[in-house]
Amino acid sequence: MSELLQQIVNGISLGSIYALIALGYTMIYGILRFINFAHGDVFMVGAFIGYYLTPQIITLAGGNLLVAAPIILAVTMLGCSILGVAIEKLAYRPLRSRPKLTVLITAIGVSFLLEYGGQLVFGPDPKLFPTLIPSGSVVNTEYIIIGTNSIVVIVTAFALMLLLRFIVFNTKMGTAMRAVSFDHRVASLMGINIDTIISFTFILGSSLAAAAALLYASIYPSINPLMGIFPGLKAFVAAVLGGIGNLAGAALGGLILGVTETFVSGYISSSFRDAIAFSILILILLFKPTGILGRHEREKV
Amino acid sequence: MKIHKSVIFLASAIVLSFLATLVEHRLNPYYFQIIIYIGINIVLASSLNLINGFAGQFSLGHAGFMAVGAYTSAVLTTGLFSSVNPLLNIPLFALALLCGGIVAAAFGLLVGIPSLRLKGDYLAITTLGFGEIIRVVVQNLDFLGGARGFTGIPKLSNFFWVFLTAAAVIFTISNLINSTYGKAFTAVRDDEIAAESIGISSTRVKVTAFVTGAFFAGVAGALYAHFVTYINPAQFSFLKSFEIVVMVIIGGMGSILGVIFSAVLLTILPEVLRTMAQYRMVIYSLLLIIIMITRPQGLFARRRFGKHKAILKI
Repeated sequence: MSELLQQIVNGISLGSIYALIALGYTMIYGILRFINFAHGDVFMVGAFIGYYLTPQIITLAGGNLLVAAPIILAVTMLGCSILGVAIEKLAYRPLRSRPKLTVLITAIGVSFLLEYGGQLVFGPDPKLFPTLIPSGSVVNTEYIIIGTNSIVVIVTAFALMLLLRFIVFNTKMGTAMRAVSFDHRVASLMGINIDTIISFTFILGSSLAAAAALLYASIYPSINPLMGIFPGLKAFVAAVLGGIGNLAGAALGGLILGVTETFVSGYISSSFRDAIAFSILILILLFKPTGILGRHEREKV
Repeated sequence: MKIHKSVIFLASAIVLSFLATLVEHRLNPYYFQIIIYIGINIVLASSLNLINGFAGQFSLGHAGFMAVGAYTSAVLTTGLFSSVNPLLNIPLFALALLCGGIVAAAFGLLVGIPSLRLKGDYLAITTLGFGEIIRVVVQNLDFLGGARGFTGIPKLSNFFWVFLTAAAVIFTISNLINSTYGKAFTAVRDDEIAAESIGISSTRVKVTAFVTGAFFAGVAGALYAHFVTYINPAQFSFLKSFEIVVMVIIGGMGSILGVIFSAVLLTILPEVLRTMAQYRMVIYSLLLIIIMITRPQGLFARRRFGKHKAILKI
């Protein structure tokens, strides 16, 4: 029983990280109708920004982690947003009216460019991410131990998701985003600047990826330039599972995937961990391609 | 008289690859290896071109099919064939290649079926997933050596088998594409709904493309296994799939000659630029992005792929 509870807590904290990344996929899909394969690598760059920044900012803050952590989070989010917007402007914007396959291949190219460019810039060997969340436990009974990092991860992730929900549903920018996602041309006829909205979406998505990276690196402190591949692919699976284009779906999918994966590696074998996400993806695409909360879209001739 | 020409092509390829085999022992082993890899990459890239370029089903799992072929044939030659008379080695190797291809084709069928419901991005990521699942499963199968790899495969691949396969793949694809049946492939790629409306079964086209492409990828994997004599699951990760995809895209999706050129080029180039090995993947990915933005039909192809849809259709 206690092991089950423990697995659930670990699953939720991993799942809330997947959810943060999945939100980026789902928003960009909602606006541009394509899968930003490079999203997982923006996440990786976020981890490296955090890696280089953390010691400096902790020193500046006089060793006070409570002061340093929000600053690190903000700067990392800013860095990833700049990267996300740059990718969109340089690689995706010139292709906006081209066939989908062209954009897909470009996205794969950008993804590999970041991974192997990262190997050149950061070095291919794994690095140890500095401690951002002090170790220790919040709950420590004979049944369950909940570490500080699990709690910080879950609370931060849910706070960011609520913030995103507020931005998308309660602000003018968010309304414009939803309008663009509904129909590009009509939205632009209503005076919405499509390019600005797309850039804004990339900023939101990349910021969440940056936050996810810091949280992920706090649980699994070994970081390397290829670390974004699997979390990225799994978060994509989470987005599809919940129904791509749907914010609540992405969060739900992330949590389900995180818990499932933790259970599989805990009770079956950790070597099947990476295969489980793809199996879920294939099953969901075969039986309910719109995902749990997704809407069905008819193809127009 | 297209068939006539292609038969001459196949016959001369057989004769030439046989003659090449006679002199291959005099060749510097390093050059020998590169030429073998060129042949294997031609098979891989051309077979992927059938799926990606002609049928328009973007697949990212080609290394998975290659792995299936490699492991199947390796099990056959090391386990079953070793006890038999060595004189029978040649026909048995041919049989192992064939079996590798057939089992890979069966996997192609398995992947082809979900592809009927999926398009573009989803299909790409699903095939990538399939490739990774194959790799993870092999990693967990002890009789295949697991993550340690499979050792002691006899070195049976030579110019004859490699270039015979390369010729066979080119022969098959060019004949298929120029036939009425093959025109259905490009029709499905260009507009699936329009193709369906004139009575083409897109299901059949997609499954045929996957099964044929997987078959040749399997044979290529078998040839590769019997050349390097040691295989492990990491050799067939999706990086390998990506390399093959790059060959197809640089050559030009749907261009037989272009893809052959790029397979040759992208096999030789990394060898020439060995000192810059760490830049290889960076250059590949940059090439991919630049080609997609400036020349989406590929470096060597003249024809444009896909349609340039108008933005404003009011």
